[in-house]
Amino acid sequence: MTYVIAGSCIKDDSCIEVCPVDCIHPKPGDPDFETAEQLYIDPEICIDCDACVEACPVDAIFPEAFTPEKFAYALDLNAEFFAERDAAERTAA
Amino acid sequence: MGSGPRIAIVGAGPAGAFAAATLWQLRRDAEVDLFERLPTPWGLLRGGVAPDHQEIKRLDDAFDRETLARGCRLFGNVEVGVDVSHEELMRHYTAVIYATGAQTDKSLGIPGEDLPGSWAATEFVAWYNGHPDYRGLEFDLSPQRAVVIGNGNVAADVTRMLVRSSEELARTDVADHALEALRQSRIEEVVVLGRRGPAQVAFTSSELRELGQLDGVDLRVDREDVELDPISQSWLEELGTFTARKNVQLLHEFAHQPERTGARRRIVLRFLCSPVEIRGDGRVEAVDIRRNELVRGDDGSIRARPVEGDVETIECGLVLRSVGYRAVPLPGVPFDERAFVLPNERGRVLGADGEPLPGVYAVGWIKRGPTGILGTNKRDADETVRCLVEDLEADRLPVPAEPDPERLQALLAGRNPDLVTVEGWRAIDAHERERGSRAQRPRVKLSSRDELLEAAAAASPSDTGS
Repeated sequence: MTYVIAGSCIKDDSCIEVCPVDCIHPKPGDPDFETAEQLYIDPEICIDCDACVEACPVDAIFPEAFTPEKFAYALDLNAEFFAERDAAERTAA
Repeated sequence: MGSGPRIAIVGAGPAGAFAAATLWQLRRDAEVDLFERLPTPWGLLRGGVAPDHQEIKRLDDAFDRETLARGCRLFGNVEVGVDVSHEELMRHYTAVIYATGAQTDKSLGIPGEDLPGSWAATEFVAWYNGHPDYRGLEFDLSPQRAVVIGNGNVAADVTRMLVRSSEELARTDVADHALEALRQSRIEEVVVLGRRGPAQVAFTSSELRELGQLDGVDLRVDREDVELDPISQSWLEELGTFTARKNVQLLHEFAHQPERTGARRRIVLRFLCSPVEIRGDGRVEAVDIRRNELVRGDDGSIRARPVEGDVETIECGLVLRSVGYRAVPLPGVPFDERAFVLPNERGRVLGADGEPLPGVYAVGWIKRGPTGILGTNKRDADETVRCLVEDLEADRLPVPAEPDPERLQALLAGRNPDLVTVEGWRAIDAHERERGSRAQRPRVKLSSRDELLEAAAAASPSDTGS
């Protein structure tokens, strides 16, 4: 299981501040932060602790199993963001 | 009366609200007053965010919790520069933070732009969101086709509002006058024009995806339009963002999906075309467009350049121009006429000599220009407020000549009998939510100044002024 962030994210960083395992990216200061339209949760690292859900002021975060149909795409989207990021880092290295 | 710094924030939109919240985190002794031109706070959260994006509007709870509920005073229905001057604020406050946003729209600069039936998208947005200054506008929704000019999120919002069913809209907090007009709408097709190509659209992929998921709406994209030119292709590979790649992928999917049969309405996304003239005899009848090609500018940016060739005419009866917001100058403070912002360095407003004006700050769109999303204002506010606190702690801020908070409120109340305080706003809010709960809507907005002021006046008089 993981949590996923949907498109209604307003990027106010409340979730980043409370995440105990630092699995929400990009973070302010990251090169891809300003151009990111939303934040994403790394499904490989998320521990399903629920802290981000409580912190989000616009209810944009859902447990995977309870993601509304209209945001079903978000599970793949969150994972894909990290897959692309990893690939880019490997290319740069 | 406390002894902490007294801060006035001009504009109770998201930037002002985030600034107030940040001030309290950094200086618990701060006394913060929010000045707002309208009787209602939260700016574009209430008057800009589309009614069908209710989840985002929930941010008002957080704003309330972190500002008004913590003792921040609200001076609503007060226009700084009209009801009270900048100089007066400086006499009463340690510092003034301008958070007035960008209140007007950019123009296209083409003939016919001012024909009846051609509107700034922001006017349509303010109208359907119940902004009291726009309530009286009359949009003719009887034509079959509308054209939306622009490829950003406001363009996406107005497009959705034009094609959603009245049943869907009736579950939102869309203004009643707009709901009624949209219910009678005969618009069947909305053509959305983008100056550049699929890789350069300013939509978020989330908003673009949503356009393709609307109930009963067919989304058409021409297959040729989504084939990237070599410049876009290489730009996307080298510099393209995650969002730009997603957008191109989504547009490809849209272009190759079968037509949705039995659709009520249709959205057509067109790329690489610019309007050259809006035409009509006394009112909008058509938009003439010309094809563009993309060229790479000296700075690496990708620009649209018109190509020689025929002009194409799109017949339509409504045009919504959505090519960006623009700030207007404020009385008594400097203004950068080229960048359309208050000249500033990290939020410290600069005088004509380029030095910071002591005690004057800017946050949000009036500081950085109309860019970013809601949360961008939180970091923007953090930067400005940190500068303010740094100046305060280094004794760089003027001591207000008139620091008694009651005197300022008395001054405002004396000039404006319809001053809306926190209690007045709470009465408006409760009234709207109560009407909403009876209609199974988030709220039913009051959208004329008289109705709003009447509801505010219903707050117990003994509560006002506290």
